[in-house]
Amino acid sequence: MNRLALAAVLLLWSFAARATDVPEFHLAIQDHAYQPAELKVPAGTKVKLVIENRDASPEEFESTEFNREKIVLPNSTITVYVGPLKPGSYRFFGDFHQDTAQGRLIVE
Amino acid sequence: MPGVALLVFREVLEAALIVSIVCAATRGVRLRGLYVLGGIGLGLAGALLVALGAGFIAGLASGSGQELLNAGVLLAAVAMIGWHVVWMSRHARELAQHMSAVGQAVKAGSSSLTLLLAVIALAVLREGSEVVLFLYSMAMGGISAGGLIGGIALGVGGGVALGFALYFGLLRIPLKHFFGATNVMLVLLAAGLASTAARFLLQANRLPALGEQLWNTSWLLSNGSLAGKTLGILIGYDASPAGIQLVFYAVTLLLLIGGMRLAARPAAARREAPAAAIPQS
Repeated sequence: MNRLALAAVLLLWSFAARATDVPEFHLAIQDHAYQPAELKVPAGTKVKLVIENRDASPEEFESTEFNREKIVLPNSTITVYVGPLKPGSYRFFGDFHQDTAQGRLIVE
Repeated sequence: MPGVALLVFREVLEAALIVSIVCAATRGVRLRGLYVLGGIGLGLAGALLVALGAGFIAGLASGSGQELLNAGVLLAAVAMIGWHVVWMSRHARELAQHMSAVGQAVKAGSSSLTLLLAVIALAVLREGSEVVLFLYSMAMGGISAGGLIGGIALGVGGGVALGFALYFGLLRIPLKHFFGATNVMLVLLAAGLASTAARFLLQANRLPALGEQLWNTSWLLSNGSLAGKTLGILIGYDASPAGIQLVFYAVTLLLLIGGMRLAARPAAARREAPAAAIPQS
């Protein structure tokens, strides 16, 4: 029983350790545009995108190419886990302002 | 206005396809219209609440509240569809024996109708809350009232029209195969919803990916296209799925098909199972 508990703790600990190991990348939304419009992330590893909306209106961070969608409320920040992705260029956009909010994830 | 119309159309279409499949599956049930309208009404009220509470929801579960809510709503819908199709299979035999008119046969379906009402409400809630936040965003951006209202009317009109088109298309299936066909559609719909739930849990880092982007058929049919989105709802199509999505899809399929098979066996066989050697007349 003790051994089982120990194993569980170790497992949880390794999950927790892994969660903090995920590299973080930052994006901002300002005037309905992404800054930077091109973000470089490493291939073959899970990454954590931190997206800050500095506008006064809500936006939806979305990509059909790497399959993510999440609402970003005004003046707030979200995190989205992405990948691991193969090298390439993946489009993302702001679903609520598609004419201006366009960006690319450069995976290399 | 075209932007507003397009986004509203896409969200309404997703909900409308689910509503039309549910409507077809409950063909002939008494008071069905009332249930469906009730489901849509509840869903709209829920969508407003979710949009109003978006800030609160976003902060839950250390920032994963939005994903967990989405996944929860989707999995709840999967469970209700599952219950309905298994229930229908269980009673299919008795229904077939007494079938003199369709209306009578499917009247018995009304006890699982409440579940399907909830499926409609959940679909409307999920897509609706996004529309509410989008419209709020547009209003903040100073769009004219005419543009806003015109866009909403066009988007809702288009989405509902396609939903009706699917419904009347389904009605053309011969009666003999009708409930078999709608059951298959419900099962595929549920599997697709389960796969989408897995994607949200993956996005929140709550599940292992088991291989991100196992394949990529975007060149053929992208997730963003109208056809891709429609197939995404109807059969759970995804141009570049993660392994965990396939697991959720397959498990849902197996559970529902297994449940339907088991429920469809005659009562005598059920009682004496697993002695399967009894000859059946």
